Amino acid sequence: MQSFRQFLTLISLTLFLVTTGLADDNQPVVRVGSKAFTESVVLGELLEHLITDAGGKAQHLAELGGTQICWKALSSGDIDCYVEYTGTIQQEILKGELIRGDESMREALAVRGVVMSRHLGFNNTYALGMPEELAAKLHIRTISDLVASPELSHLKMRFSDEFIERADGWRGLRKEYGFPEIAERGIDHSLAYRGLLSGSHQVTDVFTTDAEIRLYNIRVLEDDHGYFPLYQAVLLSRSDLATRAPRVAASLQRMEHLIDNPTMIDLNAKAKLDRIDESKVAAGFLRERLKLEITVAGEGRSARFAQTAGRMLNNLHQHLLLVIVSLAAAIVVAVPLGVISYCRPRLGRVVLNTVGIIQTLPAMAVLVFTIPILGLGAWPAIFALFLYSLLPIVRNTYTGLSDIPGNLRESAIVLGLSDFARLRLIELPLASTSILAGIKTAAVINVGTATIGALVGAGGFGQPILTGIRLDDFNLILQGAIPSAVLAVIVQAGFGFAERWLVPAGLRASES
Amino acid sequence: MLELDQVTKSFGSRVVLQPTSLSVRPGTTTVLIGPSGCGKSTLLRMMIGLIQPDGGTIRFQGEEFTAANQLALRHRIGYVIQDGGLFPHLSAFDNVALLATHLGREAPWIRSRVDELTQLVRLPPESLSRFPAQLSGGQRQRLGIMRALMLDPPLVLLDEPMGALDPLVRFDLQNDLRDIFRTLQKTVVLVTHDMAEAGFFGDEVALLGQGRIVQRGTLKDLLNSPADEFVTRFIQAQRLVGNDE
Repeated sequence: MQSFRQFLTLISLTLFLVTTGLADDNQPVVRVGSKAFTESVVLGELLEHLITDAGGKAQHLAELGGTQICWKALSSGDIDCYVEYTGTIQQEILKGELIRGDESMREALAVRGVVMSRHLGFNNTYALGMPEELAAKLHIRTISDLVASPELSHLKMRFSDEFIERADGWRGLRKEYGFPEIAERGIDHSLAYRGLLSGSHQVTDVFTTDAEIRLYNIRVLEDDHGYFPLYQAVLLSRSDLATRAPRVAASLQRMEHLIDNPTMIDLNAKAKLDRIDESKVAAGFLRERLKLEITVAGEGRSARFAQTAGRMLNNLHQHLLLVIVSLAAAIVVAVPLGVISYCRPRLGRVVLNTVGIIQTLPAMAVLVFTIPILGLGAWPAIFALFLYSLLPIVRNTYTGLSDIPGNLRESAIVLGLSDFARLRLIELPLASTSILAGIKTAAVINVGTATIGALVGAGGFGQPILTGIRLDDFNLILQGAIPSAVLAVIVQAGFGFAERWLVPAGLRASES
Repeated sequence: MLELDQVTKSFGSRVVLQPTSLSVRPGTTTVLIGPSGCGKSTLLRMMIGLIQPDGGTIRFQGEEFTAANQLALRHRIGYVIQDGGLFPHLSAFDNVALLATHLGREAPWIRSRVDELTQLVRLPPESLSRFPAQLSGGQRQRLGIMRALMLDPPLVLLDEPMGALDPLVRFDLQNDLRDIFRTLQKTVVLVTHDMAEAGFFGDEVALLGQGRIVQRGTLKDLLNSPADEFVTRFIQAQRLVGNDE
């Protein structure tokens, strides 16, 4: 695996050198990661600007598929820094370790080669929110005020599904503050805000930096018991960054104590509600606060999506790359596996069970496991798609061979054909319809599943879907979903034509 | 030509063949006949190594079947099953030529050999380019015979070759087959459950029951002096013309 990794590194290095025209301008390349929600993308753009300002060459791998992927990418050096939250570090990255306070967290991360900055200044955690006007009228400032309010029985509370489910959500909160029981009927997070506005309920759970807090004028009740865990934003960066790009590392320290909750709410609102490009939002903020001179070249990230056919073509290109490479690899591996399963039934059971189990692995888990080996980008996605293509092809190859009528198999034996000749001349051609059907199934599934590529920075039609979900932009979602569906239909039809070439004419004649 | 010496076979606890010996002389036709499950097909399949005997030996032209020589031996034995056992993905011509092509015979030789066999089995030449699914049952069986005869094997084994054909087609094919085997001086072993067919083909008939050869001889021997009650009943059940009570 190590040597494979080196091989890939070599290839990407070669490509890099070729594409940059062997340019060496002493600019250290610093890669930034962000997760697939707007706040993270805005912060990623902030980092990107700060890196550029300090003379670095910034690359932003935006909208990665979650904490594990960002963390693995940081550990393996595919990204150099990203913004994380202390609560997430505690619960997902250092899960099971005894962490007391930031210093202990900083030490635990240092052991892993990661530097944790001081707080960036905002805390994005759960809170209870209610309309500002109502809260003022009832003099409710804290959660304790709410519980003690004589009006409590008249206030309707609705919470998001996740908040109701989570251990650190509603149930714990109710115990901590002594809330009366309510009907635990979940509601979509974004609908919860509209419900507050329309008056269908008066209290709901919010995240403390949600853009909607500004939009709907919501009072965030103070958690006076300190029940909700802290999700203080911090910058995680690789410890080698300070030596590799000292000016950049120093520049990034300017993020510390730079953004308080109202500021983050404001930045989120600009990006998500006012639909200003994240890059411009970040640049505007830095100009104003740090007096940096930043020019945002051309259109920014999300605007680029919304606009061009060129972008669509690029997505198509990336998407096809994922599908074709993974499918080709799967055919090369799975057809022989199917043949082995047929020839050696006992081994075959092991093979079939194994590929069956592989099929049940969640995509996210596969991606997270492969990033340390394959890095970010197309390879982990290709590997995941490869795995998911195995089952239909192995199974159909095996079934196609097993379903050959006994008299035909015997006819081949009594002719005096060797095992290999029988396989090549008789059995594989007879099984070709079934094998091809397996490949077709794998291809069609692949086209749909390849949207996971966006989670690891491989692009494809998943990218506009991810951005669209993040920005609540239905058009953008369709820009990914429709081409991906159309491509699946085209692939399906394409195999219809392929059948004419690949399935022996006699088999088609006997079917009609 | 073919010597079976005290061969036995059981599938699990079920004995399908008690110790059985059989010698097939060159140029003769031996018919194995008997009710379903009597062991006649098992015996035939042993002769080409599809089934290994539990005990006893089988020699074909003096050689026993081994892993090393079984392909070479099979190239010297023709084998025909019900409905021809043709490969649906290959044209009629390719079905017949498959083995010769695989063994590297020259295309012109193959072409002329197929033409020769087409005439011999009286197959319409235009059907050679068709696929098995596009042919009649009788034509498929003739092709199966061509395939078995392609490399001119001294021994031909047939497992109920005419079982699936309607009576008129079967009648023609029986006539043609007997002529072919006589002309070519082939050694033939044929499995059937039809007494009339056995008599028509067989220089010698072996009647099997419950995993052993009950009686051997010409059809006349069996009709005139049945060895036991089983033979008598089997003959009666055939309702041969002139044999009605």
